[in-house]
Amino acid sequence: MRGGLLGIEEMSRENIQAILDRARDFQQHAGEPVKNFDILRGKMVVNLFFESSTRTRTSFEIAAKRLGADAVSITASGSSVSKGESLVDTLNTLGAMRPNAIVMRHAASGAPHFLSRYLPTPIINAGDGTHEHPTQALLDARTILDHRPTLEGLRVAIIGDIAHSRVARSNMYLLSKFGARVVLCGPPTLLPRELGSLTPGVTLTYDMREAIAGADVIMMLRVQLERQHETPFPPNEYFPFYGLRLDHTTLAKPGALVMHPGPINRGRELSSEVADSRQSVILNQVENGVAVRMAVLEKVLNEA
Amino acid sequence: MSSLLIKNGRVMDPASCRDGVADVLIVDGRVAAVGANLEKPTGLDGAFTVHDATGQIVAPGFIDMHVHLREPGQEHAESIESGGRAAAAGGFTSVCCMPNTLPVNDNATVTSYIIERARHHSPVRVFPIGAITKGSAGEELASIGAMKRAGIVAISDDGRPVMNSRVMRRAMELAAGWNLPVIDHCEDLNLSAGGDMHEGLTSVRRGLRGIPSASEDVMVARDILLAEVTGARYHVAHISTTNAVRMVAYARAKGLKVSCEVTPHHFALAEEDAEPYDSNYKMRPPLRGRRDLGTVMDGLADGTIEVIATDHAPHAGSDKMQEFERCPFGITGLETAIGLSMDLLVHPGRIDLMKLIALFTTGPARVLGLEHGRLAPNAPGDVTIFNPDLDWTYDVNKTLSKSKNSPFHGRAFRGGPVATIVGGAAVWTRT
Repeated sequence: MRGGLLGIEEMSRENIQAILDRARDFQQHAGEPVKNFDILRGKMVVNLFFESSTRTRTSFEIAAKRLGADAVSITASGSSVSKGESLVDTLNTLGAMRPNAIVMRHAASGAPHFLSRYLPTPIINAGDGTHEHPTQALLDARTILDHRPTLEGLRVAIIGDIAHSRVARSNMYLLSKFGARVVLCGPPTLLPRELGSLTPGVTLTYDMREAIAGADVIMMLRVQLERQHETPFPPNEYFPFYGLRLDHTTLAKPGALVMHPGPINRGRELSSEVADSRQSVILNQVENGVAVRMAVLEKVLNEA
Repeated sequence: MSSLLIKNGRVMDPASCRDGVADVLIVDGRVAAVGANLEKPTGLDGAFTVHDATGQIVAPGFIDMHVHLREPGQEHAESIESGGRAAAAGGFTSVCCMPNTLPVNDNATVTSYIIERARHHSPVRVFPIGAITKGSAGEELASIGAMKRAGIVAISDDGRPVMNSRVMRRAMELAAGWNLPVIDHCEDLNLSAGGDMHEGLTSVRRGLRGIPSASEDVMVARDILLAEVTGARYHVAHISTTNAVRMVAYARAKGLKVSCEVTPHHFALAEEDAEPYDSNYKMRPPLRGRRDLGTVMDGLADGTIEVIATDHAPHAGSDKMQEFERCPFGITGLETAIGLSMDLLVHPGRIDLMKLIALFTTGPARVLGLEHGRLAPNAPGDVTIFNPDLDWTYDVNKTLSKSKNSPFHGRAFRGGPVATIVGGAAVWTRT
């Protein structure tokens, strides 16, 4: 692998901490009238999105521009991909234009890992299939740390379609490296038992109340219908059993944070009241996304 | 009339239990004599060749009863000629090619075409396996009788298993009547749908959809029950799970005509050995867990598994250079089979050399009802000469196959073939 950022699993705690610290610097500048730096002036970032995305793509684009880099965004529809070009050929073509990094989202797990074996350009993984979404975990950690002094010892409930969630996997790796306890909760068909052995400090439950009891953080996940290829859970039973309502939050620690990687489906994963409640930090997550991605881009491009 | 005298090798023939230094004389394509100090027979005209096999093992020609030669239809990935050359380089004198060609080998015309092409272009013997159903679509039975007349040695819808149990039952009844074995790629396609690797911790870690062991187990169970009802000769292709091996043992103990094969990669590699997202580790059935590897090796040692077959599945580089979940299943295997079997089975003492040879000769010959796989007067003059202590390294860039999709590139082996003789003619020698 040549630089880049493919996943949280293989990152050291120190490297993660460095990104989180650097993101804090950038956060503080976000309120200024002039938000731009020229740290990455003259550098070029290609955002290559093979899956639709609004927030992540925009967030990476803004992050690159705030650092003074040039950013080009490409979506798969309308590109050479729809003309039958292979992924390797597409990436080689873009690589030949000498960008300093490629930010990539792809529906296939491991697509950026596979490409990084053949491409000299550093790749930043913006979500690969049901595998990892490293910058989401970083921005989630940044958001928690804005409200809590440390991740150590926190109880974090991750609730929803865990099986198909790259957000859950990246968060499990990150939280585990920092000594948090993770409780995974979802319907049995969307919560493979093997997840319990993925990282230390993880427990599983099918009971939402048990998951939330005593939690410092409640992370709700989107129901990934597009990845399920079947109906593993009766749709009309989802919200009654795994949707977050205001009364649930009383089971958690006072002031527990409610998070969601977005886009939220009101009335499916969580009620509107919860989404708009004081405990919800969902918009902070989005805001922090820019600062964290600035830190990631700075690190990757300066290493390249 | 040409003849070949193989001198001073250690002749090991499981069929006759012979094990000792001896000479083998092949005259006009068939074994004429096996014994000490054989000489050129008097009154023999034509070419006479002597092959010195001192220090080597002289075994009956190895049979690989499960390969994909891709001809007709996908000659960019492999052909009968290139696959045959790779087989010879792997020490095989005979291969059985699966019917999933384009078009599918589901009628006598395609069968005859393959046999004719092999006669002219393949250095090794090629025995076609016919489809069970038309187009291997799992619905209408293929022209099994006509294919049998044309020369198939078994039927199988390899890769596209017959999901309809009633169709499978009828196929077994017919095959029993034709005295053909039925080979099944055991996979419940509903249970495995969308899967890319073994369902377990590694698939969950990598975010890949799993192929559960149960998808193999339920088909083996169904087929064994149908074999009992129909009296068919039934063979499990590339067995990979603990439960499947146990069920085959149960069926055999019951006296059913049930057999099975294992591929070298299924006893050499476990799921966690696979390089992440490297398509050279993607095959069906997938690499399984450590426990399954142990069961498979035990099954080889105790006789439950009587065949090693490669499931040689060449794919063009461009097809394999894709996202893991998009690239096709299968790896090449002809050239690494003996090396892997020596390293994983013989050198660690799990089985002895005679047993190893049986797994490549009498095992498949018995399953298929072939006269090959033995070294006795009047047997076909096919010989595999190998050196159990040869140190060599596999370089996939030097493969004789048209495809390079092997996970064993760069692997060092102890033990490998040195010469392959088909019908008394050396078709490959190590250089």
